[in-house]
Amino acid sequence: MFLTITATGTDAAPATDLGFLLHKHPGKAQEFATSRGTAHVFYPEATTARCTAALLLEVDPVGLVRAAKGKGRGGKGKSPDSALAQYVNDRPYAASSLLAVALSRVFRTAMAGSSRTHPERAAQPLPLRVEVPAVAARGGPGLVTRLFAPMGWQVTADAVPLDPAFPEWGDSRYVSLVLDGEVRLADALRHLYVLLPVLDDAKHYGVAPDEVDKLLRAGEGWLEDHPEQRLITGRYLSRRWSLAREALERLELARLAESDDAEPEELDNAVDETTDTEEKPVPLAVQRRAAIAEALRAAGAARVLDLGCGQGQLVKELLGDTRFTEIVGVDVSVRALAAAARRLRLERMGERQAARVSLLQSALTYTDRRLAGYDAAVLSEVVEHVDPPRLPALEYAVFGSARPATVVVTTPNSEYNVRWESLPAGHVRHADHRFEWTRAEFRDWAGPVAARFGYAVAYAGVGPDDPEVGPPTQLAVFTRTDTRTDARTDTETARTRTDTPKEAS
Amino acid sequence: MSDTTPAPGTGTAPEPRRLGVPDLSLVVLIGTTGSGKSTFARRHFKPTEVLSSDFCRGLVADDENDQSASGDAFEVLHYIAGKRLAAGRLTVVDATSVQPEARRQLVRLAREHDVLPVAIVLDVPESVCRERNAARPDRAGMGAHVIPRQRRELRRGLRGLQREGFRTVHHLRGTEEVDAARVVLERRYNDLAHLTGPFDLIGDVHGCAGELETLLADLGYEDGVHPAGRTAVFVGDLVDRGPDSPGVLRRVMGMVAAGSALCVPGNHENKLGRLLHGRNVRITHGLAETVEQLERAEEAEPGFRERVRTFVDGLVSHYVLDGGRLVVSHAGLPEKYHGRTSGRVRSFALYGDTTGETDEYGLPVRYPWAEEYRGRAAVVYGHTPTPEASWINNTICLDTGCVFGGKLTALRWPERELVDVPAERVWYEPVKPLAAAAAGPGAAADGAAAGGTAGDRPLDLADVHGRRVVETGQHGRVAVREENAAAALEVMSRFAVDPRLLLYLPPTMAPTATSAEEGHLEHPAEAFAAYRADGVAQVVCEEKHMGSRAVALVCRDAGVAEKRFGLPAGTGVTGALHTRTGRPFFDDAERTEQVLARVRDAATVAGLWDELGTDWLLLDAELLPWSLKAGGLLRQQYAAVGAASRAAFPGALAALEATHTRLAAAAPQAPAPPPGTGGDGAGEADGAGDPDPATALAALLARQRERAGDAEAFSAAYRRYCWPVDGLDGVRLAPFQLLAAEGRNLATEPHDTQLALLDRLVEHDASGLLQRTGRLFVDTGDDASVAAGVRWWQELTAAGGEGMVVKPLAALVRNGEGRLVQPGVKCRGREYLRIIYGPEYTRPANLSRLRSRYLGHKRSLALREYALGLESLDRLAAGEPLWRVHEAVFAVLALESEPVDPRL
Repeated sequence: MFLTITATGTDAAPATDLGFLLHKHPGKAQEFATSRGTAHVFYPEATTARCTAALLLEVDPVGLVRAAKGKGRGGKGKSPDSALAQYVNDRPYAASSLLAVALSRVFRTAMAGSSRTHPERAAQPLPLRVEVPAVAARGGPGLVTRLFAPMGWQVTADAVPLDPAFPEWGDSRYVSLVLDGEVRLADALRHLYVLLPVLDDAKHYGVAPDEVDKLLRAGEGWLEDHPEQRLITGRYLSRRWSLAREALERLELARLAESDDAEPEELDNAVDETTDTEEKPVPLAVQRRAAIAEALRAAGAARVLDLGCGQGQLVKELLGDTRFTEIVGVDVSVRALAAAARRLRLERMGERQAARVSLLQSALTYTDRRLAGYDAAVLSEVVEHVDPPRLPALEYAVFGSARPATVVVTTPNSEYNVRWESLPAGHVRHADHRFEWTRAEFRDWAGPVAARFGYAVAYAGVGPDDPEVGPPTQLAVFTRTDTRTDARTDTETARTRTDTPKEAS
Repeated sequence: MSDTTPAPGTGTAPEPRRLGVPDLSLVVLIGTTGSGKSTFARRHFKPTEVLSSDFCRGLVADDENDQSASGDAFEVLHYIAGKRLAAGRLTVVDATSVQPEARRQLVRLAREHDVLPVAIVLDVPESVCRERNAARPDRAGMGAHVIPRQRRELRRGLRGLQREGFRTVHHLRGTEEVDAARVVLERRYNDLAHLTGPFDLIGDVHGCAGELETLLADLGYEDGVHPAGRTAVFVGDLVDRGPDSPGVLRRVMGMVAAGSALCVPGNHENKLGRLLHGRNVRITHGLAETVEQLERAEEAEPGFRERVRTFVDGLVSHYVLDGGRLVVSHAGLPEKYHGRTSGRVRSFALYGDTTGETDEYGLPVRYPWAEEYRGRAAVVYGHTPTPEASWINNTICLDTGCVFGGKLTALRWPERELVDVPAERVWYEPVKPLAAAAAGPGAAADGAAAGGTAGDRPLDLADVHGRRVVETGQHGRVAVREENAAAALEVMSRFAVDPRLLLYLPPTMAPTATSAEEGHLEHPAEAFAAYRADGVAQVVCEEKHMGSRAVALVCRDAGVAEKRFGLPAGTGVTGALHTRTGRPFFDDAERTEQVLARVRDAATVAGLWDELGTDWLLLDAELLPWSLKAGGLLRQQYAAVGAASRAAFPGALAALEATHTRLAAAAPQAPAPPPGTGGDGAGEADGAGDPDPATALAALLARQRERAGDAEAFSAAYRRYCWPVDGLDGVRLAPFQLLAAEGRNLATEPHDTQLALLDRLVEHDASGLLQRTGRLFVDTGDDASVAAGVRWWQELTAAGGEGMVVKPLAALVRNGEGRLVQPGVKCRGREYLRIIYGPEYTRPANLSRLRSRYLGHKRSLALREYALGLESLDRLAAGEPLWRVHEAVFAVLALESEPVDPRL
């Protein structure tokens, strides 16, 4: 991790004043212990015309992992759980929050803008050049420019290729950054202090609770009017929300991903942290829930399953209508269920309300006898998350085994995708969608399923019904046609047998 | 407590009275307070078999006589009784039970658990009861009216006990009869578990006397007797529709009487029985033929009808045989009914259950109990004609529609072999075509794979969910924790291939013990030494390919996938290629099929199908290159680290060099620090001033150069495992273990045998897909051989290889203490480990810290997963139901989410 700050000067205002402003002697090479490694300050160049101060942070990668391990489970040393702790880590090389922390520690006085010997120079803009050869930058050179340019920097940001041996891999998330400008040294340091972690945007586990204060102090004078202020504060502060809890929730899945050489996000994607589970525009999700609730009311359902309840938005909506006496949110994702429990405030719910709602983990590719005997089941935006070869299992589990009187299914209408401005042609609406159906394809699925399991089916749409491509969401209501209440009869008492067709064999 | 029992042998003691009680029943003692129920119960039953209402009152109210607690006390009593009955344990209720309502609840409880309720009435004079109570201080406060009232209630109820549902009523009058009674536990009629056969189970005959005689002859019976002492077991429906029901009856009745056969009734016998008792039954479904045949038989052999009636009356609706391993009934039987006696058990055994729906032929849709069956006992039955007899979840229907022109089928037990004879002709036109019996969802699905599931019905969540314990043949009970099962469920249901094709997941493997060798974390010397210590002399070193683990199920054709693994017809799927978490390797099914086709062709040319007597193979392999599947991870993590280092170091090194030059030129007289720059900022970190900055900087520069070199070595390490592919060009599959073929778990075969078969597969692959796994056999007791092993590893890793795996040659090995030996340990190369432990792990300071790694959990996990893997293959080989295979496979996935150092 490395950066340089270069000042240019004249005989009247020598560049070597940088040493005074930084409180680090150009003739020395100094080292400072920081919490995550040793910071070195030295001057490759120190003349009147040009003076460069370099900060090099030597991170101990093994120590980094070992320090992180103490915090999680199994931290007692015997069986370390380091699914989230990586020995293969860019931290030793790329500028990130660790470098920001080192900056603030080594150049604290300079960052405060005070200087006993050269107060007037500290208060004035200097001709500065800041070079950070490897900045971890989620958002790429474009974002880097947008973040630094508003403060008067001339930004040169070049993407670093992933690996010259494999040009087809493209660019890495690192940017080689050069900033030129006439900026107060203290401001330059504070820009870096705030924006390096913002660009990095990594999960960081050592964030202190007083981050808001720190941000306000470091952002004084430039963050107030920054055009990307929301992004900056959002990213800077989001690092500390509930990280410990989320880290724990995903450990088991993270380990499975790791054992399969996959990134955790590849398996653990049931809860979308950035966009919630609702696509934009939000009103469509609201309309969809209203349509589902309406279909349930029309069917006279009181005891309802929300199969694939996600974070519990529909469960919450149904709870608002007392005609739904029992609402069961079902999802396979433990993480989604935990999020739903939080959304519903299940822990703090009154006894009466709590008696109406429950959340359980189940998988629709298995039959589950706990799901039998309900009035209705909702499969809202669920089928498209199932691989087509596994759909018959879901069909049997829902229509054959759970067998509620009514099943409400919603799924995207892929024809409508051309109307989404933000959706590139040929793309599905969510990365985990295994398919999206046209209206005809939906009917080609729903019709035979209904026939096979003894249901009648009616179709509707949700959202604006476009004359050409139809509504954005399609909905089907399946109604059981036979009188059979559920597939299980073994609790019935023995029936008297008649001589009619039963003995046909 | 005073006891009024007269001394035995004195006075006019009655004959000891024998009270028969079925060994699984709910015994209800009926008698007033003080009638001696508790004493009676103590004398005749085990203490744990007796549930007393007084005791339950004490449990809930701290006072056995607190009548206000009776409601709660009986709830507790009923609850415990229910648990005992569900577990199949004789239960005795010690409460007064003089009120009909109290008895009604107990009868209902008995019926709910399909056991017989038995009443034992202790009809003791009031005076005796009063006397006994008076002697008990805790009952001193009892009102004088209590005993007379209870007696009145008792007398009133006595006559109705049978009607209330008590199948057996023992009425003991007076203290002498009570004292003289002797309880005798009787085996239930359906419990023939002591008979071990061997058996020949025979499907629905329906009057096909000719076919029956042929079948009996084929089975080796001579005039109804088997010379080897085998016993025939008829699953019912001997009569109706066919040409000679009397002939069939005569044969079977003779064999049963002679003790060479058992027979359970079918619905047709049941109906015939009612007809013979003069009841009004409809003469349909082939009964007309039987009536007419019986008339002629009666003419020829007077009394035949009567003998048939007696025979039918004496039939028991189902049998439990062979130590509980085999259950026979006409229409099948769910596990909870095995060995139970109730109206609904008999009804199910005779008719099965229906869903209430009717199919397109107007026939009732049968309730698919077999699909849900999870019992360990095999259930053999008939009733529903199917074209072929096949196992579904350890149940098999032997009705192959002989009378409809199908065949008559027998099952040899315990051999599990099917024997059949074709129908001589179509004797009776079926309502629906025989073949159609196999179609239609909801119907009892047939034609499913051996041990497979049935039709579209998926597995049940209860097969995998929550905390579980899986019995393994090699490593005892393996527990799966709830949170791990939850994670596995998520991956299994959202990402994995169909469980019908997911027959194995590879177990994790422990690395060799940490090496103390300079510059090394792992070294084969420890692996050889560890095996030697475990008494394993012969080991094989196998080249470790660096790609992604892949399990391949390769069927000879799509038909095999349908027939053996129960895939839906017409998909063209011939197997699976999945990762170690069960995910499909390729997103597009076509590419998977292309890989499978190449393996299939190689197996065909190599002649492996016939040689192994199989239509499918299960292989454990490595798919190369690593970048094919791990591309995302490579770019996000590995290449990224390399990129960051390449961006950072040149500038840093140049700056350090410039500074060094500058400072060295200034040395040794470094300028005095300018005033005001030392410790000026209050609290600011102050550098440790070095007396000679140039020297200190030189050390830093040297260190940074090393780090830059390490980072380059790191990039070089991962690059070896990356290359571009185009379609299947560039893709390689290196099989290193042959896991299973039909009926065989090959993973326990010695590795040289397995590798020899795999070599032939590779040799006969014309496509260039398959890659040989290099190996070297080492004798751990021979120093030269061990040295050769070490050398081989050094050569492999010097050439950029990941390393090697050392396995006991005999594959499945136990040490001197009988414990499983690690099935393999990996020895990874020095450069490869940079990908695992980071670019700079080889630096002495880092190595010394990394050496303190804990292998215990990883080794334990490796053994548990290994045992589960073998278990799934054993179950697969034994043709066990899919849920049994899946249970073990799922457990491997769950265990993979246990917390263990992922670098190991």
